[in-house]
Amino acid sequence: MAALDDLIADAQRMLRICNACRYCEGYCAVFPALERRLDFSEADVHYLANLCHNCGSCLYACQYAPPHEFQLDFPRMLAEVRVATYRKYAFPGFLGVLFAWNGLAAVLITALSLLAMFSLVKRDAAGSFYDALPHWLMAGFFSLVAALIVVPLVAGARRFWRDMSEPAAGGVVEATRDALTLRYLDGGGEGCTYPDTRPSFARRRFHHLTFYGFALCFAATCAATVYHYVFGWHAPYPLLSLPVILGTVGGLGLLAGPAGLVHLRLRRDPELADPGQNGMDLAFLVLLFLTSATGLALLALRGTSAMGTLLAVHLGFVLALFLTLPYGKFVHGVYRAAALMRYHIERKRPPPALGAE
Amino acid sequence: MSLSGTYDVLVLGGGNAALCAALDARRAGARVALVESAPIAFRGGNSRHTRNLRSMHAAPEDVLTDAYPEEEYWADLVKVTGGETHERLARMAIRGSAACRPWMKAHGVRFQPSLGGTLHLSRTNAFFLGGGKALVNAYYAAAQAQGVDIAYDTEAVDVTLEGTRFNSAIVQQRTSHHEIRAKALVVATGGFESNLEWLREAWGEAADNFLIRGTPYNKGRMLRVLIDKGAQAIGDPTQGHCVAIDARAPKFDGGIVTRVDAVSLGIVVNRAAQRFYDEGEDFWPKRYAIWGRLVAGQPGQIAYAIIDAKAMGRFMPPVFPPLKAASIGELATALGLEPPALEETVARFNAAVRPGDFDHTVLDGCATEGLAPAKTHWARRIDQPPFFAYPLRPGLTFTYLGVQVNDHAQVIFGDGRPSPNIFAAGEIMAGNILGKGYLAGIGMSIGTVFGRIAGGEAAYRVKDGTAHHGRT
Repeated sequence: MAALDDLIADAQRMLRICNACRYCEGYCAVFPALERRLDFSEADVHYLANLCHNCGSCLYACQYAPPHEFQLDFPRMLAEVRVATYRKYAFPGFLGVLFAWNGLAAVLITALSLLAMFSLVKRDAAGSFYDALPHWLMAGFFSLVAALIVVPLVAGARRFWRDMSEPAAGGVVEATRDALTLRYLDGGGEGCTYPDTRPSFARRRFHHLTFYGFALCFAATCAATVYHYVFGWHAPYPLLSLPVILGTVGGLGLLAGPAGLVHLRLRRDPELADPGQNGMDLAFLVLLFLTSATGLALLALRGTSAMGTLLAVHLGFVLALFLTLPYGKFVHGVYRAAALMRYHIERKRPPPALGAE
Repeated sequence: MSLSGTYDVLVLGGGNAALCAALDARRAGARVALVESAPIAFRGGNSRHTRNLRSMHAAPEDVLTDAYPEEEYWADLVKVTGGETHERLARMAIRGSAACRPWMKAHGVRFQPSLGGTLHLSRTNAFFLGGGKALVNAYYAAAQAQGVDIAYDTEAVDVTLEGTRFNSAIVQQRTSHHEIRAKALVVATGGFESNLEWLREAWGEAADNFLIRGTPYNKGRMLRVLIDKGAQAIGDPTQGHCVAIDARAPKFDGGIVTRVDAVSLGIVVNRAAQRFYDEGEDFWPKRYAIWGRLVAGQPGQIAYAIIDAKAMGRFMPPVFPPLKAASIGELATALGLEPPALEETVARFNAAVRPGDFDHTVLDGCATEGLAPAKTHWARRIDQPPFFAYPLRPGLTFTYLGVQVNDHAQVIFGDGRPSPNIFAAGEIMAGNILGKGYLAGIGMSIGTVFGRIAGGEAAYRVKDGTAHHGRT
């Protein structure tokens, strides 16, 4: 892994510069965390990279940013390390390669998922969803897929945590609060310098739309499950029922959020970006968008003859989204949460006792 | 951008003082152009490398703790300059520093609590979030928004005067020259620290071994032009802010990270492996500013800070890893010193160290006895391998030779009279206040206060054509 070694060595060089400078201390958690260290192990590099939310502020403030001879493009380096983290801790290990060709992998998985659903779903069925795909098959199949993708996500997080050598877990409450509010996606208070030098909260808002849209759609599924098994009420549900309301609101968030993030992403400063991750980022956002779009279309046209076909298309995108979760951009949330937990554990320890400069 | 027509106020320079002048001149309604010699990526002069403003205040404000009254600020300045200052101008900078922060915030500057390792500055110095480059970016954005015309990569090379009245400036863009006319001129082009020939004139051959910590664009061209045209020079060309930095730092623009804070924890030797100054004279933050000159006075302008394993990890981590060896002799070889000479220096130092309770946070009682020069605090034997060394060179941050100004920031000419429409601000006039020595963060106080005065006065005189007395 010469490429990884070179990347880590360059990261260590840059971290030493940041640790000697410290001007960016107030922007986010990364700088106070790096200041706790005199040397940076490979595990430290992965930890700090995943603590970074890529708000961009430090790049524009940096007196050593390119074209300075130190070539300190800190956010870009950390972005490159993050994808190395995802590959390194992927489970099973050989599937880490999916991060290298993520856009292509996502397209292929999507095509296969659509094909699978087209062959499973009776597309000419009329009436209820379950006439097109029996409930036991739909629920059983997606429960199996869900169980399958939880394993690699948990395994990756565990391996990442083990390498950080924290004796115990902790910081859950603070990390959850930071993650749910995207506390560090704010450029130190004024907003991210993303997609350009003007501070803005646009990215945080679109990310909130995406995340909470996703959460509401998940809640809709849970509500429908309760309806089905607890109350014996079977889909399709009326427009003013809880599952439909949650799903519709969440679905709108999942249209606006990913669309906004793609829009910002296409306009962002190339210095902030690792171009190798374009495929991965776009694949995830596009899959979220298409899952939501096809779901809303299905809702709108569920009484027509297009229902069967739309159901197949929608379930195809849902399946592709699920299958790519552990091997795509989604994992950033897992490693970010773990890094935030560690940050809050560390924060309670006294800093190293250095003499005044 | 091409600058044409007649401006009310032309600002030469693109750092903090220049931007403050341009912003306040523009706010007063003047048509303003700003000419920066650096390309956009390196705009901002030495302000790009700054991090805080020393700020007088009566009670906790912004990120500042406690109080820092005028008299204490003044006493600190007298101490570092040995009294080589101009009290009236200095007190203007001190008092003005109290009013700076709201103005800075209004123009997009944000503050943060003092950084890790700088707690001793939390009362006196307000740190900029992101440092000086973030401040400079905020000011450029504000200047642009307010309609200041800005030209990058454009160096002012000459001015035309009628007597002491400014008429026009000649600027160079790549190979072509242009004349810019304006009713008033603010010169904020910095010092001459990156003009290696001029440094050589001042320091002799020793200058060849200096590293320039700041911008490579401060060539002192307008300073020379003004002095040649009769402006009153002030200050000694060998005086400036000069610290000992890592000898492996780049020739220019290494900035803050090149500092080495290990000096007071070990010994410093020259290339003959001899000590030459008390490394433990006082707390490092009070002494770092003298070590540049000390190293400049050594043969070859090189020195080596040497510590042992006990000291590692007790000072701010430097940017370059130390040289490391299992014995003093091997360390000497790695540094290109005579091993027996360094072994003898360390042995004599170790033998002279008296027992005491080492405490780096106070002026402890650990000192040498019968050694010249003595080490008067934090003296511990250098006996625990591995041993580490950091090579040191003089790192020039900025120079104090400048032009004399009055309290309207007007440049004083040879006959003692101020120019009616030439103003100076920032490093080019800091020598009025800093005859020698340095006080952390005072450069930004002088630049901000006199930048604003220069810009405001220039705009006022353009409108009125009269002197404006009583401005504070």
